[in-house]
Amino acid sequence: MTMREYMLGNVAIARGLLEGGVQVVTGYPGTPSSEIIDTLAARKDLDYHIEWSVNEKVAMEVAVGAAWTGVRSVVTMKHVGLNVAADPFMTLAYAGTKGGLIAIVADDPSCHSSQNEQDTRRYAQFALVPCFDPSTPQEAKDMLPYAFEFSEKFEVPVIFRPTTRISHGKSDIELGEMPVEKTAPNFEKLLDRWVMLPKNARPRHTHLLSIQQSIEDALAESPWNSLELKPDAKFGVIGAGIASVYAKEALVELGLEVSYLKIGAYPVPKKLILELLESVDAVLVFEELEPIVEEQVKMIAQEAGLEVSVLGKTNGFVPREGELDVSAFLEALKKTFDLEPETETSGTALELAPRPPALCAGCSHRATFYSMKKVFGKDAIYPSDIGCYTLGIQNGTVETTLCMGSSISVASGLYHAGEKRPICCSIGDSTFFHSGMNSLLNAIVNKANITVTILDNRITAMTGHQPNPGVGYTATGEPTVQVSLEELCKAMGAEFVSVVDPYRLEETQEAFKAAKEFEGVAVVITRQPCVISGKRAGIRRTPYLVDPEKCEGCKQCVKFGCPAIEFNEKNKCAVITSLCSGCGVCAQICKFDAILEVKR
Amino acid sequence: MSQAEQKKLDLLITGVGGQGAILASDIIGKAAVTAGIPIRAAETHGMAQRGGSVVNHIRIGNDYGSMIPKKGADLLLALEPMEAVRYLDFLKDGGVVIVNTQPIIPVTVTSGLTKYPEVPDILEFLSEKYIVKAFNADELAYEAGSRLAMNVVMVGAVSGYLPIPKEIMLESVKALVPQKTIEVNLRAFEAGRRKVEES
Repeated sequence: MTMREYMLGNVAIARGLLEGGVQVVTGYPGTPSSEIIDTLAARKDLDYHIEWSVNEKVAMEVAVGAAWTGVRSVVTMKHVGLNVAADPFMTLAYAGTKGGLIAIVADDPSCHSSQNEQDTRRYAQFALVPCFDPSTPQEAKDMLPYAFEFSEKFEVPVIFRPTTRISHGKSDIELGEMPVEKTAPNFEKLLDRWVMLPKNARPRHTHLLSIQQSIEDALAESPWNSLELKPDAKFGVIGAGIASVYAKEALVELGLEVSYLKIGAYPVPKKLILELLESVDAVLVFEELEPIVEEQVKMIAQEAGLEVSVLGKTNGFVPREGELDVSAFLEALKKTFDLEPETETSGTALELAPRPPALCAGCSHRATFYSMKKVFGKDAIYPSDIGCYTLGIQNGTVETTLCMGSSISVASGLYHAGEKRPICCSIGDSTFFHSGMNSLLNAIVNKANITVTILDNRITAMTGHQPNPGVGYTATGEPTVQVSLEELCKAMGAEFVSVVDPYRLEETQEAFKAAKEFEGVAVVITRQPCVISGKRAGIRRTPYLVDPEKCEGCKQCVKFGCPAIEFNEKNKCAVITSLCSGCGVCAQICKFDAILEVKR
Repeated sequence: MSQAEQKKLDLLITGVGGQGAILASDIIGKAAVTAGIPIRAAETHGMAQRGGSVVNHIRIGNDYGSMIPKKGADLLLALEPMEAVRYLDFLKDGGVVIVNTQPIIPVTVTSGLTKYPEVPDILEFLSEKYIVKAFNADELAYEAGSRLAMNVVMVGAVSGYLPIPKEIMLESVKALVPQKTIEVNLRAFEAGRRKVEES
């Protein structure tokens, strides 16, 4: 009997890696990819190396070193992580690999949790490496052992690209066997492959180009690319990755007899595309993000001199931005056949209050931002970075967010451009270790005059509480060296470094005042564990309440923006709800001493 | 019509990050697998979870994608009243809305930027086009032993509509809630189920 389990897509991906015999796993957390390593790290019964690396470039290089010994390795990241890791990746394509090497790069169409919606398939095209694009969590799991074998057969790294709806979708999954045998590492000194001097790089480029056709032919025969030709159909649909199941569902529901090509691996199967194009008058290409398949289809049609209409993103049948769904496919069909689009009648008559995500009750970032704003004021400029604290945009202390680690460098640029206003930037502990360190070093050496706030909540919070070099344990929970942020900043030449508890407003504001006065780069580290991971680690604080006798209804505590503080319009008093985690910051804000610890 | 076809049902669970929408969908998902029915689900993770509006798609008896098409859901299970209205585009005309009437006031309202609609107005609005089952699931959970079991009250409330036997649903609850809270959660499930059966 086959085993079926209900699984998160990323858990199915982790399972696929195990079934594929992975021996080294690296990565940097990033939604929607993080749960792959979280899942593997929790398997104490299995013997493989697994790490949260300090950033994606480092993670990529560790995975490369491992694969060059002949073992199978994987590196995981979100789409923008590949920008960080692009330097090793582009040249790795030339050098190639020995052991199977999969770069799992999770895309986020619609920017559910991201700063952009770039399409990783472009990177695969750019680097000339194969790319696997699963359409369901089951297919994602099944593709991975195949991808390892494929990578070894052609000695090239491969990209595996799930999207948010694969990674954070759930499904019943049929499990496969896990291999027992392990590969013994053996680093062969193939210097013409591993040393990318110009004289070695040139022939490797030629080699990479020479294997493209064989790669494409092999993938055309693979289960991931498949063509269903309907003999009399004059209309064809090409669906890629997850968009292929949306198209399929709509076609089955409508009972339409069309020829259908499903694409799940790249380079695109030219043979199959040509076969389809020769049998129809028009094709609709349905894929998320960039018109990658569509461009190829147009080129193939032109080369073959075929008069086929190719409909898709480049001519307005399918939206180019955002994620797709069944409804988007139906819209595209209506446009194709000139049918009236349905008139929207539903329009909500009820005015709804927006419910954006917010920092947690008791989150120390809110306290830090409160003090920062008090000291630096409305006039100052507040560059920031990527993490939970980006939600500080609601507190007026996040005014730029570009990419991981950019806050300090953007702050430096603002200063060097001649901005005379005070500049106070913020960056989380993990983001600082990721790439903010370089920016701090640069700011100090090049004499910027800025305040750098490191929001040290002792964890990588937003992606689900992964460890970073500051916490003293590894991905698997094993104790390791705990790197001191303050010593690190001092070693890089920072002359002003102050560590404070952001829950103590006075102390924090004193530190910010001194930092503001300081000529040069001043570093303020605000240290307080994340309320979620702190609670899990056993930190318990007494909650607070409002004494209605003393409350004057001034709303100063309400304006602080903590989700635990509400205002009762009937008696004109603030109320603290059961969400209170006992940080005590609102009690310091209250001018009437109306907020008190709950007496046990 | 195949067996899977008969058991086809699209359910949307909406609520606020932290209310346990994911556990609710997991209980149903695991039960479907035990019952031998294919299942797909889509969830909100990451930044949007931090007290934001969340929506989970659950597709029972489905072999395709996890996203319910617009006007495709048979049922909407709303863990919070305002969140019942936010995703109505997904519900079929005449579909069923099961709604917890206990509001959670967003920061945009507490800070005075906007107003929270009156709960009776929300229910009246929903009743215009849909079949509404509304009750305070937080109170039922409290009576069952813990307010935290609100999500399981709601799973119980929707369970009668699902093509999954009740015993399998209960096994799934037992398997997924913390060991110490099994009794409370089983009572919560029954309370929710009874509430809808009686209405």
